Amino acid sequence: MSPMARTAPVPAATDPAIIRNFCIIAHIDHGKSTLADRMLQYTGVVQSRDMKAQYLDRMDIERERGITIKSQAVRMPWELDGVSYALNMIDTPGHVDFTYEVSRSLAACEGAVLLVDAAQGIEAQTLANLYLAMENDLTIIPVLNKIDLPAAQPEKYAAELASLIGGDPEDVLLVSGKTGVGVEALLDKIVRDLPAPVGDPDAPARAMIFDSVYDTYRGVVTYVRVVDGMLHPRERIQMMSTKASHELLEIGVSSPEPTPSKGLGVGEVGYLITGVKDVRQSKVGDTVTNLAKPAAESLSGYADPKPMVFSGLYPLDGTDYPVLRDALDKLKLNDAALIYEPETSAALGFGFRVGFLGLLHLEIVRERLEREFNLDLISTAPNVVYEVTLEDKNVVTVTNPSEFPSGKINEVREPMVAATILAPNEFVGAIMELCQGRRGVMRGMDYLSEDRVELRYWMPLAEIVFDFFDLLKSKTRGYASLDWKADGEQVADLVKVDILLQGEQVDAFSAITHKDKAYAYGVMMTGKLRELIPRQQFEVPIQAAIGSRIIARESIRAIRKDVLAKCYGGDITRKRKLLEKQKEGKKRMKMVGRVEVPQEAFIAALTTDESKDKAKK
Amino acid sequence: MPSVLPLGDPAPSDGLLPPQALDGAADRAFGLYVHIPFCAVRCGYCDFNTYTATELGGGASQDAYASTAISEVEFAAGVLEQSGLPARKLRTVFFGGGTPTLLPAEDLARILRAATDQWGIEPGAEVTTEANPDSVTPESLQLLADAGFTRVSFGMQSAVPHVLKVLDRTHTPSRVPLVVQWARDAGLDVSLDLIYGTPGESLEDWRFSLETALSYSPDHISAYALIVEDGTKLAAQIRRGEVPGIDDDDHAAKYELADQMISDAGLHWYEVSNWSATADQACRHNLAYWRGDDWWGIGPGAHSHVGGVRWWNVKHPTAYAGRLASGVSPAAGRETLDAETRGVERIMLEARLASGLAVSSLSASGKHAVAGLIADGLVAPADAFRGRLVLTLKGRLLADAVVRRILPD
Repeated sequence: MSPMARTAPVPAATDPAIIRNFCIIAHIDHGKSTLADRMLQYTGVVQSRDMKAQYLDRMDIERERGITIKSQAVRMPWELDGVSYALNMIDTPGHVDFTYEVSRSLAACEGAVLLVDAAQGIEAQTLANLYLAMENDLTIIPVLNKIDLPAAQPEKYAAELASLIGGDPEDVLLVSGKTGVGVEALLDKIVRDLPAPVGDPDAPARAMIFDSVYDTYRGVVTYVRVVDGMLHPRERIQMMSTKASHELLEIGVSSPEPTPSKGLGVGEVGYLITGVKDVRQSKVGDTVTNLAKPAAESLSGYADPKPMVFSGLYPLDGTDYPVLRDALDKLKLNDAALIYEPETSAALGFGFRVGFLGLLHLEIVRERLEREFNLDLISTAPNVVYEVTLEDKNVVTVTNPSEFPSGKINEVREPMVAATILAPNEFVGAIMELCQGRRGVMRGMDYLSEDRVELRYWMPLAEIVFDFFDLLKSKTRGYASLDWKADGEQVADLVKVDILLQGEQVDAFSAITHKDKAYAYGVMMTGKLRELIPRQQFEVPIQAAIGSRIIARESIRAIRKDVLAKCYGGDITRKRKLLEKQKEGKKRMKMVGRVEVPQEAFIAALTTDESKDKAKK
Repeated sequence: MPSVLPLGDPAPSDGLLPPQALDGAADRAFGLYVHIPFCAVRCGYCDFNTYTATELGGGASQDAYASTAISEVEFAAGVLEQSGLPARKLRTVFFGGGTPTLLPAEDLARILRAATDQWGIEPGAEVTTEANPDSVTPESLQLLADAGFTRVSFGMQSAVPHVLKVLDRTHTPSRVPLVVQWARDAGLDVSLDLIYGTPGESLEDWRFSLETALSYSPDHISAYALIVEDGTKLAAQIRRGEVPGIDDDDHAAKYELADQMISDAGLHWYEVSNWSATADQACRHNLAYWRGDDWWGIGPGAHSHVGGVRWWNVKHPTAYAGRLASGVSPAAGRETLDAETRGVERIMLEARLASGLAVSSLSASGKHAVAGLIADGLVAPADAFRGRLVLTLKGRLLADAVVRRILPD
């Protein structure tokens, strides 16, 4: 007989004692979505025939990349020892760019399933999220997934998990999301081991927002965990950080399709719809209360998202600028962390300087713009935010290298990160070399197990935003994992390197680098452009310069022949069509002074070979 | 003519031309191109519409070809008349291929006779045939001259055996001076076609070919950079790495050498790839293409142009013959150029000529570009001061780039 619950507890009338709120902490690829799908199926909330692989990841990009970007909560019934329980599974983003969102999702739970691939072991990002879960006092259920794989080493990694969180290796559950082995045991264990939520049902309502999602038809859908009191449909609610009030048009739970309810009580997880159109009016971490009977104090832990990485985004076709603007406006509705302002580049035309939480966030936004809005974009090399103090003590915040002050500079401060790298010990030498080359300062090194090492570095963020992760992967044959978080700033000897084509500065290629690396950047970029820019009817010098000092130079030889030798009666139509095509191509050229630069050259110059492959990692 | 036909509009089965084709027709020369789609061997670089089989079916065999071509001549005369075009005598006729001289000289003469019967021919008209040095005799050349041919263009290509081998040319270089002499004896003007930039050809090889060709004192030389067309055997050999690829810088150096040596021998350039001893010996048929005159192209895959209406025949000789046999136009498609497109073509073609084009005919942005072209050494200043845009040597090598700069934005 299936342990599927015969009757499901009714929302708004569920005793907190039979509620279990949990999330799954896992690294990308470790099978979280597959396991979640299996739980949906075993608890009966999704019929097997409706099963779409990775049901919870709604966006195409998520499904393709296997990354959960936006979290969601699903209510599932489960019966144990004759009692029907309500299990709320809160799906969390797995990536370091979304640490804040992860921490809010964790705050909505009492427990976490720590899911680790039995063939790969724990990864740095999982450790970081596990750390956050333990800080939130969550009960941890260690689970090894993919035990059906031939390469699985359950004993080894069970020992690793046990040594990390304490406890016995025998307590580590072995499951396979793919075959379903161990999933029922896991559901039972969630009921048995996780504490029930605790709150005051009679206190003024307080619910924490752990996610908000923009839906074309319904406006913003806000996901909350009720801590105290109760929320009801049609009442007016208030956002405690902004004091904004809204009417609660609908309230309910996802199971997994949205199902309206008579309300949400202590410990329950569900969604709210107020008709607002912008996720900024429903901020993750904020507290929802009742306008008529407001709580005195908001729940702790709210913070505004802060962009760490900036990049210029430009439409390939200048006439697409309004489309890009509208697209960003739309994405913003669903992405509270996305900020942008118009920017003009002499080389790239009109575009936007966009701030992101991290590189993955950048890639996802860019990909969504291209895919959902049919835009072809150029993005400039990502850069961090610099604080430049001038001699007159004025401080300038630089988010775009071309805005780097040219006058006398007192000091430049750059953001730093604390980076944690986990890898097999055979790669320690290669990792240390890489980190030192990136101006990293070692903060410590520990053995997690006999052959797995954790290295901790203090590094400039600028050194990891571009290609660090790819290099780390390639130097460790893919075994290393990386986690980082912002950790202060430092004064550094930084300079702006400009690239000049025939004496004309190309703003899109300006970069802020450490003084010791300026030459290497200059040589690399001039060399790359020499390969990428087609020969012109005149010689084109390409220079790299710091201020007026030239540090590297290449040149493109003039083209000598550009004529079709034969053009007779039967060739004319074809030749004219070729000419028309070339003229169209010319429209896609950007002019830098007299030099025609194909957009492909800009794109290629702004992309590293490694980062081209990044989408596939 | 390239073997891939352009995409165009459907052509009417009666072949009749729209009224547009009549505008100014009386002022335009009228010429005839006759395509002979046969070769003894297909050369590795060639993507022309040509066939090596001696027996194609349905009126497309080599034996039947002259009669089939003559039926298109008759069809053409009917179409032009019914479309309301004024009667015009032929000013130029050009037999190309393929290898026209693979057909018996009498067949070529018959086709020419049929055309002159239809339209008449102007006094002093130019009648050319292309010829392979292997496929002519003193007798065949004499027969052609007697039939009214005035000019023969020999596909010499190179004087260097290893270059000819890469090109798959079968003639022996020593035969060229002989056939040139026979043609002269028959009273024909002689042009030599050369190809440079063949994979494996050194600058010295090319110099030797030029010296050799010039030593025969031709009236006219065409020198073409080798174009590797998609789908040819040569393209496949280059792709597989069996022969080296082509290099534009090498082409440029060879073009400069050719221009210098040919000029030193007393010939003058009149089009990017063509030089003649006297202005009269420039190929007037080809000049007609570049000046936008009217011509009818006979034969499978042949292109025609009358007053901004251009069409092209179906490619395969059998399909071509079948259409004509059932009284249907052999055109596969056509295009009717608007004034703007005709303007683009005019600039594209006239820029290639030593006579150049009138600066006053350019758009505002085109005129504006002229000063920059002079500064870059691509346009001759003295001619520009007199209102003509004429390319310098450097400009000829960059003619396509120049055209892109002077076309309207």
